Amino acid sequence: MIKNLLKLTAFEIREKIIRKEITSEEITTLVFENIEKKDSIVGSFVNLRKEKALFEARAIDKKIALGEAVGFLAGVPVAVKDNMVSMGDPSSSGSKILEGYLGIYDATVVKKLKEAGAIIIGKTNMDEFAMGSSTMTSCYGMTKNPWDLERVPGGSSGGAASSIAAQQVFLSLGSDTGGSIRQPASFCGVVGLKPTYGRVSRYGLMAFASSLDQIGPLGKNVQDVALCMNVISGNDDFDSVSSTSPVPDFLKYLNQDIKGLKIGIPEEYFIEGLNQDIKKIVLDSIEKLKSLGAEIIKISLPHTKYAVSTYYVLAPAEASSNLGRFDGIRYGHRTTKAQNIEELYSKSRSEGFGDEVKRRIMMGTHVLSAGFFDAYFKKAQKVRALIKKDFDVAFEKIDIILTPVSPTTAFKLSDEKTPIELYLEDIFTIPANIAGLPGLVVPAGLINGLPVGIQFLGKYFEEGTLLKVGSAFEKIRGEWIFPKI
Amino acid sequence: MALSREEVLKIAKLSRLEFKDEEIERFQEDLNNIFVYIDELNQVDTSMVEPLTQITLETSDFREDFIKKSLTQEESMKNSPNQAEGMLIVPKVVGGED
Repeated sequence: MIKNLLKLTAFEIREKIIRKEITSEEITTLVFENIEKKDSIVGSFVNLRKEKALFEARAIDKKIALGEAVGFLAGVPVAVKDNMVSMGDPSSSGSKILEGYLGIYDATVVKKLKEAGAIIIGKTNMDEFAMGSSTMTSCYGMTKNPWDLERVPGGSSGGAASSIAAQQVFLSLGSDTGGSIRQPASFCGVVGLKPTYGRVSRYGLMAFASSLDQIGPLGKNVQDVALCMNVISGNDDFDSVSSTSPVPDFLKYLNQDIKGLKIGIPEEYFIEGLNQDIKKIVLDSIEKLKSLGAEIIKISLPHTKYAVSTYYVLAPAEASSNLGRFDGIRYGHRTTKAQNIEELYSKSRSEGFGDEVKRRIMMGTHVLSAGFFDAYFKKAQKVRALIKKDFDVAFEKIDIILTPVSPTTAFKLSDEKTPIELYLEDIFTIPANIAGLPGLVVPAGLINGLPVGIQFLGKYFEEGTLLKVGSAFEKIRGEWIFPKI
Repeated sequence: MALSREEVLKIAKLSRLEFKDEEIERFQEDLNNIFVYIDELNQVDTSMVEPLTQITLETSDFREDFIKKSLTQEESMKNSPNQAEGMLIVPKVVGGED
C-alpha cells in the first residue's frame, strides 16, 4: 500500500487528495516514514522540516474538508534544493560557510509552492554552491545514485534527482547554471526542465553565476514537470531579469500531435568522446519521433566546441563576484583565529569554502583582474554572442533541437577525475545556459542498468513545445520504471 | 602563459583566500591546466563581434519609488555570528598596526 502510493505521480497524488481518497497528512506521513527509514542509503536530503510539513498538511486537509479553494499542488509532498531559502529553515548551498544559516524569508519559488498548497518536505543535497557534476563537493557528504549505489547521481542538483528516482517526493526543484538539472535528471532517469533564462524568479536562490542561473522542476514524468511550471513561472519584482512574457497553461501542450514538427540534430553534439551506446539511444529516439511524423533536419552549431571554455571564464567570474558576500560578518561561518579584519575575511572564507569553490573563485578573480579582463572575460563574452547566434540561425528553420545530455552514464563515486574531465561532463548542457534557452531531459533508455536521457532544446519561452514533444516521446518510449531502494 | 607561484599568491590575496604551501602548488597546477584549455578561445575570430553582456531581450523598467514593507533590522541581522545592540561586531578596523 505504502509503496504503491509513493509510486504515483504528483498529478495522481493531487487528484487523490482533492477527491478525499487520501489526506495530505497521510501521504506526508508516509513520505517521512520512507525517508527516515531509507534516506541513509541514498542521501538525498540534508535537512527535513517534519513538524512544519505535517502542520501545513493538516491545514490543507482542513481546507479541503471545508470545501475551500486549494492550489494546483494542494497537499503534495515536494522537495527544494539546498540553495533556495525558506523562512525559518536551514539553507546552506551544501557549504560549511553557511552552516546553521536560517532563511529569513521565502524564495519566490518557495512562496509560490506554498501558495499552491505544496508541502515542502526538506532541502536536497547538492554540489557546494552548485559547482559540480557529481554532488560530491557537498559539505554534507555524497548522494548516491538510486540505480546503482556505487555511482554518482550527477550534479549539482543530485539530491533533487535522487529524491525523484528513489520515489521519496513527488516533485523537486533544482537549479541549472551549466546543466545542473539536466545531467542529474539523465543520470537518475527522471524528467528535468531548465526553463528559459528569466522564466522563473531566482529571488531567494543563492547566486552562482547570475547571467546563467535558472530554477526548474524535476519529476517522474513530463506532466508533473508541466504542472510544476504552472506554479513557479512568471514575472517577479524581486528578480530584475525575470520576464514579463505571458505564462501559458503548460498542461495544454501535453498529448498533442507532433506531426510536421521540425527537429534539428546538431552534428557537433556527436563527438568522439560520446559513449556509443548513448549515441545509439539518441539515434533510436530520433527514429521513434520520426515515426510520429516529426521531420528530422541536420543542423550545425559551429561554435559548440567552445562552449565549455566560454562557460569556465564567465561562470567563475560571476561566482567570484557573487561569493564576495561571504565575509564572516553578516552571516555564515566566522573564524575564531582572526587578529584583524583582513584575517577575519580570509580565514573565515578559507575555513568555510571547499576546494572546488576556491578553485572557481580563483579562476574568476584572475579573469576579471587588470591585464586579463580583455583576454579572458571580454573574449568569452564575444564567443558567447557567437554561440547564441548559432542557435538563432538554427531556429529559423527548425522548432526544437534534439541532443544527448552527457557523454557518459553515471560514473562511479570512486572514479578520480581531474577538474577538466569533470568540466567536460557538461559539454552538451552548457550551450543552453550560454544562450539562455530552455532545455528538457526525458529518460530514453538504459545502458547496463543505468538510465540515459535525451535533451530537447527549444526557442526562448517555448517550454510548451518542449513539453509537447517530451510527452509525445514518453508515450512512444513506453512506461518507465524506477529502481527499488 | 603559465601562472607563477607569485601570481597564484596574488590571486589568492585578491580572492581573500589563504592556502598552505602544498595547497598553493596544487591550485597552481589546476589553474594552469584549466587556463591552457580555456586558451582555445583564442582560435575564434571575434574581431567583428560585440561582447554579449545581457542575455534577455527585455529592458529593465522604471518603477515608482515608494516605501514597501521589508525585513526589520532585527530580522536581517538574525544570522550574524557576532552582534550586540543592533550592531555587527568586528575586529578593530582603524588605527591598527597596518
